[in-house]
Amino acid sequence: MAEENKQNGKKDSKKNSSYISGKESRRITKFNRRVTKKLEKERANAEKDPALYTTKMEDPDNVVEFDNVCTYFFSDVGVVKAVDGVNFQVPKHSTVGIVGESGCGKSVTSLSLMQLLQRPSGQTVGGEIRFNKGDGTAYNIVNTPNAVMEKIRGNDISMIFQEPMTALNPVFRIGEQINEVIELHNPDMAPEKVKERTLEMLELVGIANKEGVYNMYPHELSGGMRQRICIAIALACSPKLIIADEPTTALDVTIQAQILDLLQNLKDKLNSSIMLITHDLGVVAGMADYVVVMYAGRVIEKGTAQEIFHNPAHPYTIGLMRSKPVVGQKVDELYNIPGSVPNPVAMPDYCYFRDRCEMQCDRCKGKYPPEIRITDTHVVSCYRHYEEGEVLGYPKSVNVEEL
Amino acid sequence: MGNNDTILEVNNLVKYFPIKSSFFKRTIGNVKAVDGVSFKIRRKHTMGLVGESGCGKSTCGRTILRLQEKTSGEVLFDGQDVFSLNKEQLRKLRPRMQLVFQDPYSSLSPRLPVGEIIGEAVREHGIVPAGEFDDYITRVMEVCGLPSYYKERYPHEFSGGQRQRICIARALALAPDFIVCDEPVSALDVSIQAQIINLLKQLQQDFGLTYLFISHDLSVVEHISDTVGVMYLGTMVEYAPTEKIFAKPLNPYTKALFSAIPIPDPDVKLNRIILKGSIPSPANPPSGCKFHTRCEQCMEICKYAKPEWKEVEPEHYCACHLYNNDQEQKRAEQEADRVRKETKN
Repeated sequence: MAEENKQNGKKDSKKNSSYISGKESRRITKFNRRVTKKLEKERANAEKDPALYTTKMEDPDNVVEFDNVCTYFFSDVGVVKAVDGVNFQVPKHSTVGIVGESGCGKSVTSLSLMQLLQRPSGQTVGGEIRFNKGDGTAYNIVNTPNAVMEKIRGNDISMIFQEPMTALNPVFRIGEQINEVIELHNPDMAPEKVKERTLEMLELVGIANKEGVYNMYPHELSGGMRQRICIAIALACSPKLIIADEPTTALDVTIQAQILDLLQNLKDKLNSSIMLITHDLGVVAGMADYVVVMYAGRVIEKGTAQEIFHNPAHPYTIGLMRSKPVVGQKVDELYNIPGSVPNPVAMPDYCYFRDRCEMQCDRCKGKYPPEIRITDTHVVSCYRHYEEGEVLGYPKSVNVEEL
Repeated sequence: MGNNDTILEVNNLVKYFPIKSSFFKRTIGNVKAVDGVSFKIRRKHTMGLVGESGCGKSTCGRTILRLQEKTSGEVLFDGQDVFSLNKEQLRKLRPRMQLVFQDPYSSLSPRLPVGEIIGEAVREHGIVPAGEFDDYITRVMEVCGLPSYYKERYPHEFSGGQRQRICIARALALAPDFIVCDEPVSALDVSIQAQIINLLKQLQQDFGLTYLFISHDLSVVEHISDTVGVMYLGTMVEYAPTEKIFAKPLNPYTKALFSAIPIPDPDVKLNRIILKGSIPSPANPPSGCKFHTRCEQCMEICKYAKPEWKEVEPEHYCACHLYNNDQEQKRAEQEADRVRKETKN
């Protein structure tokens, strides 16, 4: 350590946050290898005993409960706490919108739920993700072994990805790609039945020329059509939960309107829930029943769409609303949130937003704010509401040195 | 309109990309990327150009700067025809018209430090004497909100917002009159978007810049532009001052486009006009009005006769058969008859 300080002092001009000495780098690599090996071993043990990955739902009316989920990446520059103590629920038959800037951990949250993290460097190190089986028990996705996960993925939980251009395989026909999902989860189904179901799905997502499209390749379709195919694949097994990761970001506004309408209708038809991940506040307002706002790996505010949009409580949410130009509202200058997101490798121990916040109070000098309940459904992590609300508890971070 | 007031005039600009057959390299067709676009931009004003992807807005911007040759039509920059200039004259004109690209990740050379990225063209064009070069670059960077010690750093060390500032500084360093901003904020996060838009507006005030702002984000376009042009499949369908076009869009396409803008308020139930299908291929656009295949108010003549580009209300231009007067209606019907007969034969 002393040597490193000396070195830093000598090369003061070169000193910046991304600089790591060779010794430090070797230490990080060694540590990562030890920790990830241990975690992988624990995971392998869980496979033997179903009790290790079966739990109970806190509220049987939820599809998914995230309970203090911590997903860390053991990278070459240190541990990146991409998701750090995230708490929220997805109730049955509703749409939950997750909003935040790029890098805030919204995609990693959904990947943790699908267990699609890039292992071994990406690991869910703490907390529980409870997925409702429907018979009173639940899977704890964090410990669920791969063999079981394969049955859940695509069947109970499915995902629509951001880029319809890259989500489809260019060398297989559309029909085959949808067939594959159905065959995988219904191995006893006759081939004619599978094709019938595929055509039914194509019709459901509003493709007029279904027989023709069945035999086409992805490159023959436009962006909007491809996204419809992705939706058809995701919905082929009538999942209980659909994760839509920025489903319309790559599309034009007119096509976006079509796709959002389609998703909303299909959700009602199939009786599923949607987890809608996006950075577009307008899309969330039109679709979501509940909104979760994330910042730097933590949930900073959650509540019903009405509460979040009409009565935002966290300074970041307020800033985000004010920085987006709205058609029909004339402002001379857009508000911009000063500064930028803190370095993900070395997060401060106080409120992550404090350095950019214009509404600080004395309490903000203390540790990271707890979750504070303002109304029954509205929860915010900000000291400005410390007096008026009920304090629920601090987010629990996992100490990586103890692993 | 006084000539001095108009900085850029585009008349009937056409840009086709030939489709070559694979073996003999014969031209077998054209992608009609820009098909007869006309507009004027006044000095120190911003014109927004909106439309779906593939409608030719970027091609239009690049052809105006003569980054690619036109097929026909004319572009007058400050009274000069851009396409009649020879190499030497064009070189003199280049610093006056600049471009900011969409993707700040791929439009900066990863091998040059920031100071060199911004300064390369300044030196090349001799904007300032060699002695003042360093001070000048520092000043330009400060104006764009970049501290001067960034000069030694390389693009990979910066975030998207900072990179876009570098792109803007690079354009601004040549002291241009006119900047084409090709989707400058679509790759950025909402809070960073606001910073860049505010910066662009500030620079416009301080340096008297004129912008052609190409974007598909209508709320951003409404915020920054003085006039808005809407493009569909290579043609302009509507052009008007921002307040007018947002208050009362005339063309059915514009109406549908504006109705699809998501509004961040859960209580506002959108009255969306959902367009059916997707944009037809520009290599083989529909006859008559190009929008007729998806239009809600499509009439018989729309299928055969091209609508005329005309001033429907003062300063509000639109191309649609809905606003024909008797004389134009007659002409359109005649044309429709003629085309119908031709197709029958």
